Amino acid sequence: MSKAKGEPFIRISSRSALPWYMAWLIRGLSVLAALIVGSVVTVLVTGENPLSLYVTMFEGSFSTARRTWLLVQNIAILLGVSLAVTPAFKMRFWNVGGEGQMLAGCLASAACMICLAGRLPNWLIIALMFLTSMLAGGIWGFVPAYFKAKWGTNETLFTLMMNYIATQLVAFFIIIWEVPKGAGQIGIINAQTEIGWLPVVGPSKYFLNILIVAVICVFMYFYLNYTKHGYEISVVGESERTARYVGIKVDRIVMRTMLLSGALCGLTGMLLVGGTDHTLTTSITASRGFTAVMVSWLAKFNPVWMILTSFLIVFLQRGANEVATTFGLNQSFSDILTGIILFFIIGSEFFIRYTVNVHIGRSRKEAAGRV
Amino acid sequence: MKKLVSILVAMTLVMSMFAVCASAEGATNVKVGFIFLHNENSTYDLNFINAAKEACEELGVEYVLKTNVPEDQSCYEAACDLADMGCNIVFADSFGHEDYLIQAAKEYANVEFCHATGTQAHTAGLPNFHNAFASIYEGRYLGGVAAGMKLNEMIANGEITEDQAKVGYIGAYTYAEVISGYTSFFLGVRSVCPSATMDVTFTGSWYDESLEKEGAIKLISNGCVLISEHADSMGAPTACQAEGIPFVFYNGSAADACPDTYIVASRINWAPYFRYMINCVANGEAIDVDWTGDMSTGSVELTEINEQAAAAGTAEAIAEAEAKIMNGEINVFDTATFTVEGAALTSFMADVDTDAEFAPDTEVVENGIFMESKFRSAPYFNVQIDGINLLDTAF
Repeated sequence: MSKAKGEPFIRISSRSALPWYMAWLIRGLSVLAALIVGSVVTVLVTGENPLSLYVTMFEGSFSTARRTWLLVQNIAILLGVSLAVTPAFKMRFWNVGGEGQMLAGCLASAACMICLAGRLPNWLIIALMFLTSMLAGGIWGFVPAYFKAKWGTNETLFTLMMNYIATQLVAFFIIIWEVPKGAGQIGIINAQTEIGWLPVVGPSKYFLNILIVAVICVFMYFYLNYTKHGYEISVVGESERTARYVGIKVDRIVMRTMLLSGALCGLTGMLLVGGTDHTLTTSITASRGFTAVMVSWLAKFNPVWMILTSFLIVFLQRGANEVATTFGLNQSFSDILTGIILFFIIGSEFFIRYTVNVHIGRSRKEAAGRV
Repeated sequence: MKKLVSILVAMTLVMSMFAVCASAEGATNVKVGFIFLHNENSTYDLNFINAAKEACEELGVEYVLKTNVPEDQSCYEAACDLADMGCNIVFADSFGHEDYLIQAAKEYANVEFCHATGTQAHTAGLPNFHNAFASIYEGRYLGGVAAGMKLNEMIANGEITEDQAKVGYIGAYTYAEVISGYTSFFLGVRSVCPSATMDVTFTGSWYDESLEKEGAIKLISNGCVLISEHADSMGAPTACQAEGIPFVFYNGSAADACPDTYIVASRINWAPYFRYMINCVANGEAIDVDWTGDMSTGSVELTEINEQAAAAGTAEAIAEAEAKIMNGEINVFDTATFTVEGAALTSFMADVDTDAEFAPDTEVVENGIFMESKFRSAPYFNVQIDGINLLDTAF
């Protein structure tokens, strides 16, 4: 054994902050590597031309005006949830309950549309949808925060379990409201009267949703960076003890922030039900509550970067679906492609934060000298 | 030089002939977009996918398949996307797709939207929205005859007593399409094996392999000696194969996966309808608002009988019953063959028109026969007849 005793073959050490261009170089290279690996897998598995595959992927989002609107709409909804869960994450409160908070909002707005149709004027119903969805989402976020503050329960488990409660509640109400009886689905709510449908504003029916999320995005940017609340959140996130030492009431901040987080999730759910989908299913959120965790973290809790990360994820999903349709491949193949690309992108963050030294047969002295 | 010119001319001529041929093949100028709830792993969708490919390739028309489209807004988006791609027919295969297809039909007046199993076309008032189904209850009845033959054989062999002739059935949901299906199957069984009873369990999903498997195991442990189903995965057949319980399938053959226990399957062959709708559009004719296929159109079929599992004489019994259905001697929902809470069914108001009330609106019993699929293509038989025991109806 020529290798020095106790010297690992691969040594991983944390590196000091990289200049921004180096960080982006690593990210760019990782995307490139992802595309290459994706191509190789494609050729090996399907025999398709990888270049036309990526062209198709691009077409999935941009070949028609409808697709582009849909892309932006999907980015808006994903961004909405991501923005909503961000203050909690910044506070180091592991809210993996975005899904449930969103569903609670969906359920509340669907309830308004179904139960109040014809009883109240349309504008009032829409106003109530905004209000109740934020309230429902807020409660879904507040409960785990309250238990954490009072009894120190584990918020990851608690918020996760609240998701299942929300899903089951939605399933329960679908059976109550199903059309026709026994069919297990609600269909389009108020298809004839369009009661509770958000009005079409601007060039597309998706425009209002996009506009509302844009406002939330600007609000969140200022809230986190330029307000007392935002400051308190980052202090609690950095160190709870410091926060207590400087007189911040941590419990109150946690509950207040989760109330906001949940309410915004609920609001995004309402945008889905009232704005575009006009129905209620248990899968209406399409796991965005979980995807949002990734969006938020990849963007390092920066609302502006989140636009980019949610674009990336939605673009990949839509492109992968288009690939599956055009080439007649199974849906699973598009999941594989998305998986490869995400693996590299998330992996690149590792190389930005850590440096890897590979040690091959040098003496201890040499190795020591390199550190 | 002359030679070269003549060669070039000849080549051009040949090329232009090819060009003519190519355009002649696609003369219909029809492009069809298909929307499927699941992919090929679902027996239900596979049945549609095969028929779509068969019809389109036979008629030489272009087609696009979209699989795994859930019954929500994504269906509307998929339908619009297909219309954007230049499809002049958009077809969707699942009941829950209907609302979204209607929404798209309103937006694209020049595109024909066809929907299998739906109920709303005859009341929607849209010239470009159409429903289609087939009298699959007749196919299920024949499947029931095969099952009854098997029960009789088991009784004759002393494997079970007459009272133990209990059939199990796994249904997806509790509405008419499924009720009509299991009732017709049961009436087929009882036409051959009069002592038969049936247990039905529901999964609340069209495709859930583990729930369907669990359903089959539950039924078997409750004493069911033969299984049939109306759900789309291979869950129940594989459970039956493992337990050695004979079963009658739906949508397509399971002979490869379950050679010892699979008897026969009924299926809707969608190719006749696909040919019909494509030809209508190609010839500029209107598509029926509500199209019902049957055995005469080739829409209702039985797969090949698996002699290894079927009782002796099954083929003959099926052929006999089939002939009687064709000539009108047998009506599947003849009210003389069943009772409801001990009494004969003399009148029944069905909810044929889908409107906000979901209230019964049409008398469907005529001359002692429940006229299924007469007033609209999708089933509306949702009567609970005696002899069928529903285990769980949470859906």
